[in-house]
Amino acid sequence: MPRSGDRGEPLPSPGLFHLLSPKFISAKARPLGKTENKSGRLIAFVVIGAVFWVFVFGLLYRLLKYFRGIPEIGALLAAKLLGLMFISLFGILILSNVVTALSSFFLAKDLDLLVAGPVDWLRLYGAKLLETTAHSSWMVMLVATPVLTAYGFTYKGGFLYPLVAIGAVIPFLLIPAAIGSAITLLLVNIFPARRTRDILSVIAVLAAAGVVLLFRLVRPERLARPEGFRSLVEFISLLRGPTSPWLPSEWAAQGIMTWLRGEPELLPFYLLVSTAAATIVFGALLHRWLYDRGFSKSQESGERWVRQGVLGKYVGRALSPWGVMRRELVLKEMRLFFRDTTQWSQLILLTVLVVVYVFNIKFLPLRGEGVTFFLANVIPFVNLILAGFVLASIAARFIFPGISLEGRTLWLLRSSPLEMRQLLWSKFWVGTIPLLALALVLVFATDVLLQVSSFMMAVSIFTITMMTFAIAGLALGFGALFPKFNTENAAQIPTSFGGLMLMMASVVLIGLVIVLEARPVYEYVGARMLKTDPDPSQMWLGFGGATLISLAATFVPIRIAVRRMRELER
Amino acid sequence: MIELRQLKKNYGSFTAVDSIDLTVPDGELFGFLGPNGAGKTTTLRMIAGILQPTSGSIHLAGIDLAVDPLAAKAKLGFIPDRPFIYEKLTGSEFLRFVAGLYGQDGDKIEHRGRELMALFDLEEWADELVESYSHGMRQKLIISSAFIHRPEVIVVDEPMVGLDPKAARILKDLFREYVRRGHTIMMSTHTLEVAETLCDRIAIIQQGKIRAVGTIEDLREQATGGGGLEEIFLKLTGERAARETMDVLDA
Repeated sequence: MPRSGDRGEPLPSPGLFHLLSPKFISAKARPLGKTENKSGRLIAFVVIGAVFWVFVFGLLYRLLKYFRGIPEIGALLAAKLLGLMFISLFGILILSNVVTALSSFFLAKDLDLLVAGPVDWLRLYGAKLLETTAHSSWMVMLVATPVLTAYGFTYKGGFLYPLVAIGAVIPFLLIPAAIGSAITLLLVNIFPARRTRDILSVIAVLAAAGVVLLFRLVRPERLARPEGFRSLVEFISLLRGPTSPWLPSEWAAQGIMTWLRGEPELLPFYLLVSTAAATIVFGALLHRWLYDRGFSKSQESGERWVRQGVLGKYVGRALSPWGVMRRELVLKEMRLFFRDTTQWSQLILLTVLVVVYVFNIKFLPLRGEGVTFFLANVIPFVNLILAGFVLASIAARFIFPGISLEGRTLWLLRSSPLEMRQLLWSKFWVGTIPLLALALVLVFATDVLLQVSSFMMAVSIFTITMMTFAIAGLALGFGALFPKFNTENAAQIPTSFGGLMLMMASVVLIGLVIVLEARPVYEYVGARMLKTDPDPSQMWLGFGGATLISLAATFVPIRIAVRRMRELER
Repeated sequence: MIELRQLKKNYGSFTAVDSIDLTVPDGELFGFLGPNGAGKTTTLRMIAGILQPTSGSIHLAGIDLAVDPLAAKAKLGFIPDRPFIYEKLTGSEFLRFVAGLYGQDGDKIEHRGRELMALFDLEEWADELVESYSHGMRQKLIISSAFIHRPEVIVVDEPMVGLDPKAARILKDLFREYVRRGHTIMMSTHTLEVAETLCDRIAIIQQGKIRAVGTIEDLREQATGGGGLEEIFLKLTGERAARETMDVLDA
């Protein structure tokens, strides 16, 4: 929007695409980051990505095919599942947009240049909104793609289906981006400038906790137990009714499902596009009104306050036998962690996650009719998989960013007589010990609730211990292979490309370990039922294989990380 | 002592540092001058063990950096040009951490840390988080950290950037006293006045190669025509600043 200057000459106003051009050019120049080992990373990405996609696609495809076979309620179940996926994505997107908008609108390094330049407010908003959308949504879309593809294949969506899906997804992504950016803008203006970053992270995490709890209130497991309803009619009416008719997630799911059922409706698309347009207009007005003030506040200096004491005194003393260097490394890690609110505030989210998880286990219908001896023993196994996922997401939050956060201070570590091996192992133990404690408590508590046999308890404890080491090893390895040294916002590191790779690799690892152990556990449980002895070769093969894979996933990534850190030139 | 033999660094096909031979003996403050992008920072970061040389060798206090990197680095203090440090540590915690990296702790280190911070007027800030420090204060803290473990060799990249006049004066005195005690300092700078008054010998580097090395008098002779260090520098590096500036402004 070019304005006129005092002398009546038009003021320069760079266009939206000009503002975004540095991002395009940078993205084109180094699609996988600045590194000499591009091909290795590309291969890792393609292999892990392909395995993950095939896994998700295969799982969904089988499930949807099964749904298709159920008369009456099959299609309803499929629609419900898609609705649930979209509502979860919507929650995740709002959160990740709040976090991303803080970086792109207030902390990014290019802002000094843009704010000081003759850049029109609307174009700045547009450029930053698009940047926020791209940064916060690409990972969600990477996960959603195999799911939507599976729907398209099962219900034979035809060659126009990809266009329909994209038409639903684009406004679906823009709405949370505009809302998330607006929330960030308000928060930056409301809270005292010095605390903005910290408070924002706490609020983001509390909101996430809220979303998780809300999701629990919906009680999706009810859908899996039709016998819990008074009548089939009640069950079908629940399935047919929308989960949340006022949310864009519902419109996106409806738009796609009506197309797939061969009765396309335009209303959901109208709703999506008009709401996206309205939120963007509203966001732009808010931006015009509040941005200058908020930006100025966000530039004020950081926090001075610091709490001294317990850590240095007691932990320092306890670590003394390990030598000065190791003690100082561990103390530094702990201080940085506890003083960075963006880091520890995520513990709130973690606590909610764990509580919800344990409650889910508590309310599982494990007794009564139809619950066989096999099922009772298989469920603790599923419990292990879920606990593994919880651990992987925690490792991605806390262990994975360790190397990236070291980026700007690497000059100090590299020029000192510190072995990179020592640095990485100190990071490994500082991350792994609390993770292991949590893993053991989680698995022990849930196994007690599930009243599993002592054999299953032993298997669970052994497996989760091995898995914790392996996941921590993977987190460090991927952290060193895909570091984000120049990030302005630590909360963004877990959602980076490397974070996604870590999550995919963890899923593959957990899957492998469980598949290897399934056979000997089946063997053992079967033998116990038939009162015979289990085949020892099966036991050795399964548990030995799982142990070997876990050990390899612990040590190999750390070795790679050490080598990479030694070669790193910063 | 610092010894560089045929030191070379390539970034792909670009040669940033081209077969440098240099010896900085004990008790000498050596200055490294050159235009932007001449290879100064690359050379200093190779000496600090942060960048790997493409070929050639580096000896610090007689120890080959490639053969025994940890022992060589134990003799070294490095001060980078950009003061990036842990934002969530306090000044005194940072000094303690750096001393710990060199395996040193205890009362002597505490005392030394306090003395260094007091020297640079940082004692009131000792228990404040680094994130509240200004650019100059961070620079002072990093300089303090380079001295905390009593290194034999100090490598400094642009020491005066961001320092107030008082701190700059203190730093000059500190450097002079440090080399008087038989230690070695190698520093790069763009402040020619600092190089002229402070350094025992100076090297001028351009396009990765050393163009001239010696005392100010030696350089004056090599530049044929005398004058101050600025004149010598411009002559040796072939800069024709004045005419080009006018051309550019008229363009």
